[in-house]
Amino acid sequence: MNSQLRRAVAMAAVSALGVTVLAACGGGSDGGKSDGTASKTVTLVGHDSFAVSDTVLKAFTEQTGYTVKVLKSGDAGTALNKEILTKGSPQGDVFFGVDNTLLSRALDNDLFTPYEAKGLDRVADEVQLDAEKHRVTPVDTGDICVNYDKKYFADKKLAPPETFADLAKPAYKDLLVVENAATSSPGLGFLLGTVGTFGESGWQDYWKKLDANGVKVVDGWEQAYNEEFSGSAGGKKAGADRPLVVSYASSPPVEVLYAEPQPAEAPTGVATGTCFRQIEFAGLLQGAKNEAGGKALLDFLIGDAFQEDMPLNMFVNPVVEGAKLPELFTRHGAVVEKPATVAPKTIADKREQWVRSWSSLVLK
Amino acid sequence: MAGPVVFFAVFFAYPVTAIVGRGLHDGGAWQFGRVAEVAGRPEILRVLWFTTWQALASTALTLLIALPGAYVLARFHFPGRRLLRAVVTVPFVLPTVVVGTAFLALIGRGGLLDELWGVRLDTTVWAILLAHVFFNYAVVVRTVGGLWAQLDPRQEEAARVLGAGRFTAWRRVTLPALVPSLAAAALMVFLFTFTSFGVVQILGGPTFSTLEVEIYRQTADLLDLPTAAVLTLIQFAAVGAILAVHARTVRRRESTLRLVDPARTARRPRGAGQWALLAGVVATVLVLLVAPLAVLVERSFDTPGGYGLAYYRALTVVDSRGGTFLVPPVEAIRNSLEYAAAATAISVVVGGLAAAALTRRAGRLVRGFDALLMLPLGVSAVTVGFGFLIALDEPPLDLRTSWILVPLAQALVGVPFVVRIMLPVLRAVDARLREAASVLGASPLRAWREVDLPLVRRALLVAAGFAFAVSLGEFGATVFIARPDNPTLPVAVARLLGRPGELNYGQAMALSTVLMAVCAVALLALERIRPDKTSGEF
Repeated sequence: MNSQLRRAVAMAAVSALGVTVLAACGGGSDGGKSDGTASKTVTLVGHDSFAVSDTVLKAFTEQTGYTVKVLKSGDAGTALNKEILTKGSPQGDVFFGVDNTLLSRALDNDLFTPYEAKGLDRVADEVQLDAEKHRVTPVDTGDICVNYDKKYFADKKLAPPETFADLAKPAYKDLLVVENAATSSPGLGFLLGTVGTFGESGWQDYWKKLDANGVKVVDGWEQAYNEEFSGSAGGKKAGADRPLVVSYASSPPVEVLYAEPQPAEAPTGVATGTCFRQIEFAGLLQGAKNEAGGKALLDFLIGDAFQEDMPLNMFVNPVVEGAKLPELFTRHGAVVEKPATVAPKTIADKREQWVRSWSSLVLK
Repeated sequence: MAGPVVFFAVFFAYPVTAIVGRGLHDGGAWQFGRVAEVAGRPEILRVLWFTTWQALASTALTLLIALPGAYVLARFHFPGRRLLRAVVTVPFVLPTVVVGTAFLALIGRGGLLDELWGVRLDTTVWAILLAHVFFNYAVVVRTVGGLWAQLDPRQEEAARVLGAGRFTAWRRVTLPALVPSLAAAALMVFLFTFTSFGVVQILGGPTFSTLEVEIYRQTADLLDLPTAAVLTLIQFAAVGAILAVHARTVRRRESTLRLVDPARTARRPRGAGQWALLAGVVATVLVLLVAPLAVLVERSFDTPGGYGLAYYRALTVVDSRGGTFLVPPVEAIRNSLEYAAAATAISVVVGGLAAAALTRRAGRLVRGFDALLMLPLGVSAVTVGFGFLIALDEPPLDLRTSWILVPLAQALVGVPFVVRIMLPVLRAVDARLREAASVLGASPLRAWREVDLPLVRRALLVAAGFAFAVSLGEFGATVFIARPDNPTLPVAVARLLGRPGELNYGQAMALSTVLMAVCAVALLALERIRPDKTSGEF
């Protein structure tokens, strides 16, 4: 009898697991089956860094009647590749987050339906890289730059580096950590920055000098920033010993924003002569179920509400002239006057080859 | 057997074939010539060589270090045994990004080893090997220990009464009985380390690369599907070869065993030798497994204003600055538990049915199926993820944005564990008991319930626990599958780590600690519902 009872208890436990599953079915599902109301929902597919305030999305719904559903689809490269794979039967209506390093891949694959978004006249010409056909709409810009640990340089009474050329000087030996250009987008951006600065014939010599000057390469931004860079919160805890890291011009304001209490001055600074400019675009996906909603969303992405919300959510700069930047951003962020650039077509043609030469130069 | 076959055909074979096919089918013709071309490249050969030898070394090292642990946890009764068993499984669920950080704190610059003896391992292959031991310790302890605990110690004692020495008795009696589960554990560790991704990326730096890392790079970064397809086929071939060797060596040795209730086999350690063994195992676990975990816990409390709960409190509120999430990060706990529960249920049902079918039938076809069940462990998450994306995009299988896709992908990794843990135990059940029950008039279902179930219940729970842990920690496939904005714990940790700022880093550490705790509590609960002593009587 006793053992019967125990057996029953065990069976109950196993079936309890089954019940949890049923509960899970009830709780977790809201995708896939909502196609019946597709006309009222517009789906934005973005990379993992996409972020927006709830209030801003609500404002869009009030203005247009469309509810935005956001699908985060991996890092920038992966998200784009997924769209290329599912071309014609896309997961959403609008894709956000293809940048100038990947733009040609997207355009060559005919991913987008042309649409000239309303308000494009307020967007600077130099970021409109597809101005003739309007297959993509520029949404934001961001600069990949070397960040430095202010405390380290103050303690050593050493001026922080300012330019690419500085980084190869003996004073900064063994101080810089960069990301693998083959696997990380800031890593690739930094490599492209050196190509843009030293030209297709000179960048390899520059990297030889960097290598001789003790540059360290790690695989991803998380590692470089959180484990190797002495200026970040994670780096301090890990006892990191590299005061120079490839990150973003907007990283210092974020260090302030996410500190408690917020310091008067950011712990890190930006070497403004080491920057490569990324421009991010959005586009209406071919085969979108809700084209009208998608177009309205593209208009909205370059509207003031969204543009002014971006800096503290995605830590990028608005492309619309006259969009107000938050004070925190202007005070701690760096203004990059002359970022390095490389034409998207050249990047598309040469990237593979550059990354390969870079790998054999720097990774042994 | 039909159920599992359909499951694997639809959710594994079809998507993987679709993505590999996409890579090799170009311009209306199959491009098989590419296979030889890619496979002949020197850098690919180098990657293949490194992949193989580091996996062999990792497997050997893991077995060496974890087997004493499996023995101690199976045979000794001591306070804190359940806790220890749960603790060793925790590393298994942690995201590699997080573990990499913790591991560097021990073996990297300024780490414990560095301070004590000036030893730094962070750029050597030792870091990779030790991290593999860290992750896979539980595989050996749970797979081997599960069976070991149920072996009747009286058989070994009988051999000793007949004059065999302690070691001879063990070698002749216990070892042969353990071989199937040992081989299963070795196989799983090998497959995990052969397809190692995060560990190699973080601890090996950019200089070491495995096939898996290369497949990821070719697929996700470069969209070079032809090369990725060839690499996937190479990985398939390698895994297939390993499975074939495994099948040959193990099958001959599997035999009916006398299984007893685990509670009857464990006793308090006796004598200095056994106590020393226990102490040694506990010390190993503390240094190798607990220390890195403790580093993470410590960092999660280490706020700028001294030790405190600030980072944990931040997890429960929506970030007013916008932030990475529109919901408080703690929501990820619920998502993770729901996904893991669903994945566990799928794994147990599919894996249980498959294991039962494999026990009952023999023959080439069945053996082929046995091997097929293990293949998901040897296939890269990115291949499966992209495969899902292009294969499951039409009704009735347009599941791309459905929540069920995540548990399904996680179950693909969970099922092999369930099968491997259940099979040795099921095969060990004496068929005569079942036959006797049938002769006495029991229906097949009743015979299963009365004969098999009591014996395999423990294995079932161990398997469920493993499937649960695997799902909880699964990152690669989960992160790939588009889903509404409800991240799992590992995904949330990765997102927090992806932004600068003290609070984000602190929250990532706090959330990792929560992930550990959730895993440990879930496993302890599973251990608790294990029926006790009387279940063995039938």
